Amino acid sequence: MKHRTIQLFGVALLFTALAAAQDIASFEKKITVKKLDNGLTVLICERPEAPVFSFYTHVDAGSVQDPMGQTGLAHMFEHMAFKGTEAIGTTNYPAEKAALEKVETAYAAYLQERDQPAKRDEARLQELKSAWQAAIKDANQYVKSNEFTEIVERNGGQDINASTTEDETNYFYALPANRLELWAYLESERFLHPVMRQFYDERNVVIEERRMRVDSNPIGRLLEQFTTAAFQAHSYHRPGIGWISDLNSFSATDARKFFDTYYIPSNMVVTVVGDVKAAQAMPILEKYFGRIPSHPKPDERTTTEPPQNAERRVVLHDMAQPIYLEGYHRPDYRGQDDAVYDAIADLMSNGRTSRLYRALVRDKKIASDSAGFSGLPGNKYPHLFAFYAVPLPGHKPDEMADAIHAEIERIKKEDISDDELKMIKTRAKANLLRGLGDNDGLSLQLGLFQARFDDWRELFRQVDKIEKVSKADIRRVANQTFVETNRTVGIIETIAPPAGGEQNGGAQ
Amino acid sequence: MKRLPSILIIMVALAVPHLLAQTSWQQIPIPPLPAFHPQEPKRIELPNGMVIFLQEDHELPLIDGVARIRGGSRREPADKVGLVDIYGEVWRTGGTKTQTGDQLDDYLEIRAARVETGGGGDSTSLGWSCLKADFDDVFKVVMDLLQNPAFRDDKLDLAQHEAFDGISRRNDDIGGIAARESVKLAYGAQNPYARVPEYATVSAITRQDLENWYQTYVHPNNIIVGVAGDFDSVAMEAKLRAAFGAWPKGPAWKKDDIPLQPAKPGYYLIPKTDVNQSAIRMIAPGTRRDDPDYFAIEVFNEAFGGGFSSRLFRDLRTGKGLAYSVGGGVGTAFDHPGVLRLSIGTKSQSTVEAIQGLYQEVDDLTTKPITDDEIKRAKDSILNSFVFNFDSPDKVLRERMAYEFYGYPADFLERYRAGIEKVQPADVKRVAARFMHTDKLAVLVVGNTGEFDKPLSSLGPVTTVDISIPPPPGEPVK
Repeated sequence: MKHRTIQLFGVALLFTALAAAQDIASFEKKITVKKLDNGLTVLICERPEAPVFSFYTHVDAGSVQDPMGQTGLAHMFEHMAFKGTEAIGTTNYPAEKAALEKVETAYAAYLQERDQPAKRDEARLQELKSAWQAAIKDANQYVKSNEFTEIVERNGGQDINASTTEDETNYFYALPANRLELWAYLESERFLHPVMRQFYDERNVVIEERRMRVDSNPIGRLLEQFTTAAFQAHSYHRPGIGWISDLNSFSATDARKFFDTYYIPSNMVVTVVGDVKAAQAMPILEKYFGRIPSHPKPDERTTTEPPQNAERRVVLHDMAQPIYLEGYHRPDYRGQDDAVYDAIADLMSNGRTSRLYRALVRDKKIASDSAGFSGLPGNKYPHLFAFYAVPLPGHKPDEMADAIHAEIERIKKEDISDDELKMIKTRAKANLLRGLGDNDGLSLQLGLFQARFDDWRELFRQVDKIEKVSKADIRRVANQTFVETNRTVGIIETIAPPAGGEQNGGAQ
Repeated sequence: MKRLPSILIIMVALAVPHLLAQTSWQQIPIPPLPAFHPQEPKRIELPNGMVIFLQEDHELPLIDGVARIRGGSRREPADKVGLVDIYGEVWRTGGTKTQTGDQLDDYLEIRAARVETGGGGDSTSLGWSCLKADFDDVFKVVMDLLQNPAFRDDKLDLAQHEAFDGISRRNDDIGGIAARESVKLAYGAQNPYARVPEYATVSAITRQDLENWYQTYVHPNNIIVGVAGDFDSVAMEAKLRAAFGAWPKGPAWKKDDIPLQPAKPGYYLIPKTDVNQSAIRMIAPGTRRDDPDYFAIEVFNEAFGGGFSSRLFRDLRTGKGLAYSVGGGVGTAFDHPGVLRLSIGTKSQSTVEAIQGLYQEVDDLTTKPITDDEIKRAKDSILNSFVFNFDSPDKVLRERMAYEFYGYPADFLERYRAGIEKVQPADVKRVAARFMHTDKLAVLVVGNTGEFDKPLSSLGPVTTVDISIPPPPGEPVK
């Protein structure tokens, strides 16, 4: 039952603030962590507020791990993890398995002809395409469409979803508390016996997702060009959604190989928060998740982005209204100055007292919004601290750049005020704990920190790190990071639509 | 709670006998869900007509609240559309008689507290969130804004410029265009439920308009207050009675009665050259939640277009790979008809194919009616997830406040559960027959016409919708 009126209250009521009682000691009593024999980590947090639970499966593999020529594959596998298993989603798995193998053989033959560098035989290509599509049709006869998600939905599953970022892949939903064992079965089974059924239809779904998020969206178009320009060596330069030629080429076999390589127990943290008792739940989770066979860790080497020594600019001449964006390379989330970057982001961006709001929106009246933030496009590896501004009508991106740079110069040259430092520290506590008042937020935060630091307590220690940030730290890090040669700029400059271009075709 | 039907277990068992040796999900026990009686908020009605709900929740040392005030953008004058949006911002940013908005910002931020105002279709709101220890400090600000707002000119100017920015950007994204224009098709382009601000209407708004709005609507008998968090109800009630008790009652509230002017069925086209995907919306008026068919509509929506196992998702996304985003159903609202909306986003080259795919789904409702198993699945899904409607004290509070606001019975949620349980296949069939007809739908397409698989006109006469933005007063048309 979704009531649109709820949204009206959402902002006011869902906002939660600083909570001194919610510290490590209080959570020690609620949390149980166990590393299973196969290397998979289980975290259970008891929160018996209502007879429900949320879970969060964190897999330490994201788009950065996409193989060369197969961008978008991590995200593609995430879609496939909803397609069922050897027992769910099929009327006859042995027959389906054989049919799916034929699909792969037919697809490989089609690809080989399609990608002939010279003298492609078009007639033969059509034959091979037809054979491939016939094989798909044959395999589809065994499919019980969407049975996996249907079971979850029938059992009351709430907010069923997943996300693939550059850094990791996450799966999550919530269920009534009496479905814990059913969930443990379903969640372990999808990573024990996944089946790449309906792969090529789902690939078309993912291509539509790319069209929606990137090709047909001006911000998406800008971000893709901006990020590919800012990174040249590290895999962050490749779009997580995938380049279109890769999306039109990778196969179910490739997706399965990706799964076999990266979905290994030592890369996975499963977090459950809600009305569960660890004493009863842990043996259940151990029974189901302990079945996933362990493998050695894959080769995790990535190219380190070398220092940037010249400004880069990307200017999109687009029909959309102007946007200004710039980014500076900074170290990964483990860097010793991580908390200083958090403090700078808060100072520049948080609320109506923030430096950028007051300068660009309130005083200069040139932008409707402006902020600075870390984490573009991820933060597990060295990434960007970015600033953006949305110009008001009649104002140009260059004015945004000047105004942002003036604010950057201020934090480089002058200490921030005592009140500002106090606000940053008070808000850090509030922001960190904001997600702790509900099962979804808690499972995400605990799972992420357990995975990232091998210790959920690090979530709470973030506050201590911000507490130690000094005015001098902010000046030092600003001076070190926000320099011209370390900068990439992305701009949308508005152009008029082509003459008559919006009128052709269709309507008579 | 409910187990899956045994017939399904038998079917699966017959189909895959080799798997019986493994754990089979059907054999996993589902114990009964423990009895759960969510705590109801305390309802207090003051002699001046203000209604207050108090919901104690001691998990975190926080106190959050909201005052919801009757009267929203549906009542703003047609030549000042955008007034309530602007009012909703300047109420807070414009400060009070004694404190500027900027001073309030500093005062609140140092406490990591928040006080925000907003405007919507049927109400405006003033909400806050603070640490328990700061409640008195923060509530002082809330009361000051509620009783002595100043609507300063500089913040009005700022809000107007932000509104201009929103207007200038409203045609940048096809999803946003489709959302806005489909509501216009459902209710009428100039209807209070659908109209949007323009440069001229926003420019026309004055400080006096904001002041007048405040004087007209902010009376205790128009306000419902909800407070949730770590407090003692007895002490909080005394505090709120002291704060609000002496406020004199205003004129009695009269309900809105807004006639609809839905667009004629047919094809509506908005050409956009910089995209490779079409946003398609099929639109007709929906209904209200006090419609006797409401519960059957909920089951129908779940089976037809809501979620992963619905027909639209299964056939058009999973089966045909035509879309990432597809779904829809008969929309409902508390106090006016919602919008019946089927939506799909598909590549330009399959635009007409996708429209025909949606039509096929609508036609199939007659030739292949929603089956008993689909209905069972939909009901299981709604009933088994029912607990998520009240799994936190603030959700319970929000539900109760909504029922109070719209004059629905306080136990509407319980009636909802009972209503869903009673839905029979004949009810779902009746709902499908009542609402779902291809010849009654207004079909909106926003897309790159030159790339369509066939011209939209091959399906019928097409009306091109002009979405060009009227320039600000005094500026030439571009």
